[in-house]
Amino acid sequence: MPTYRATRVALYVYGVLVILFLYLPLLSVGFASVSKARYLTFPIRNYATQWYGKAFESQTVHDLLWTSLSIAGIVTVTSMFIGFFGALAFARYQWRYRGLFQKLILLPIFFPQAVLGLALLMWFNFIGVIPDWKTAVVAHLVWISPIATLIIAIRAYSFDPALEEAARDMGASTWMVMKEVTVPLLMPGVISAGLFAFLLSWGNFPLSLFTTGADSTLPEWLYAKMVMGYSPLVPTVGILSVATSITLLLVAFAIPWLIRMTRAKRLRAS
Amino acid sequence: MERSDRKIGLLSAAPITVVLLLSFAAPLLVIFAFSVMPPKVFTLAHVPDFSAYGVFLSQGYYRSFLWSLGMALASTMLLFLICWPLAFAMAKVFNHFALVITIAVVITLFVSENIRLFGWVLTLMKGGLIEGHLRAWTGLSFDGALYNVPIIIFGLVYVYFPFMLFPLAQGISMVPDDARQAAADLGANRWQIFWEIDLPLSAPGIVIGSLLSFVLAAGALAESKLLGGQTVIVIADEVETAFTYGQNWPLGSALSIILILIIGSLAVFGVSRVDLDKIMGRKR
Repeated sequence: MPTYRATRVALYVYGVLVILFLYLPLLSVGFASVSKARYLTFPIRNYATQWYGKAFESQTVHDLLWTSLSIAGIVTVTSMFIGFFGALAFARYQWRYRGLFQKLILLPIFFPQAVLGLALLMWFNFIGVIPDWKTAVVAHLVWISPIATLIIAIRAYSFDPALEEAARDMGASTWMVMKEVTVPLLMPGVISAGLFAFLLSWGNFPLSLFTTGADSTLPEWLYAKMVMGYSPLVPTVGILSVATSITLLLVAFAIPWLIRMTRAKRLRAS
Repeated sequence: MERSDRKIGLLSAAPITVVLLLSFAAPLLVIFAFSVMPPKVFTLAHVPDFSAYGVFLSQGYYRSFLWSLGMALASTMLLFLICWPLAFAMAKVFNHFALVITIAVVITLFVSENIRLFGWVLTLMKGGLIEGHLRAWTGLSFDGALYNVPIIIFGLVYVYFPFMLFPLAQGISMVPDDARQAAADLGANRWQIFWEIDLPLSAPGIVIGSLLSFVLAAGALAESKLLGGQTVIVIADEVETAFTYGQNWPLGSALSIILILIIGSLAVFGVSRVDLDKIMGRKR
């Protein structure tokens, strides 16, 4: 059905406005991070990058980075593995409790994260585990592995089970079918799930809040400093955290592009 | 083939099921057990007396619930109105631009919500990005827009925007163009097409989107703390206080259980109405 030109233009304008609106607060944080003044007021009169220097030297910031990275790294690898099998059960195989499984998997996503964090804290206390960054890994997994499952499931829905059947008819064992057909076909989904897992874990605040014990992640530290004891490092560390996410995304988008480029070059050379 | 499918399906479901049993179902049981304990105990070795639920009724905690649920409802309705035109455009009008919007919105999801809310504090406070520049350029001044109820709802709308937008867009993309075309040919006006075709056929997306935004907003904590100051105490805040400063685990657990029951019954009801195979693009 055709849409009128005016409507189309209005929708494009609306889209651009929404994007600008979404990024406006980050613009403010960006400006604040390069302000020289200790107590920030806009418009900024003196620009300086001193806070970035301070952030890079700070041992606290190094520790925070390391904690956040360790949690996100382990969560990524684990949820890729769990999500891969979860997605097969979700989308590919016809088994008895599939409908129930699909719905139960979604429940943690619909759950208030702060309450989930507290519930886990009680649970760790109950079983006698002292919370540190490793317990936060568990907390993140509860929320992130269902999301990873869903992302891989989207890929699993679009693949043709006949390919697996063909391999089996040719005499491949279950293990070989998995290795030669299923894994390569789902790989793009697994990689984007891993990317999501890392980034969601990296930026997560409500789950980490109660489950890291004496350790602290970047978002937790930022929150603590925002609520009490403001530090001029807050905008700077915030921007560093955002920059890390965006760099990772760019790398993730650049790698397939680079592979295609080198392949094209090789083809032309041969 | 069918038989091996059954076995291998169960096997593949095992890892995530184990993770969720040990770190989702079990903690909920523990919270439930604590919620029936007498006040201010830290182990489960006591005689249950359900007093924490009595405290909920007598001490006015229902007010926090009403605030949380009311603000969640308001933000969900606003989100629907704000997201519908864009979701419609992404599904039916834009081509490449839909991908641009998707990527731009997904990137914001990866930025910790408290950094973005802090950005709004810097934008809206007195001497912030908006007021500061306004005063510098025009001499006009106002008192900043923070620390009231509307700004908390604004924060909820901002943070949970993607959770409404993407399910809506997915739902609208399930509306067949033929049905809309046929309605138009038969003389339906735009409003009738929206009401009779778009809305019912995209219902799964609407259900999932509204449910996600409502549930997440009802359990939200950072928006009211960072943008709202202490104007309103939301329920997640009460739960946190009971566990931390209050040192009253049974009360915190009882408040959590009530919140979980409200949210959980909504979630189960909503999810059970939606065909997940269809909305996620099953082709067979």
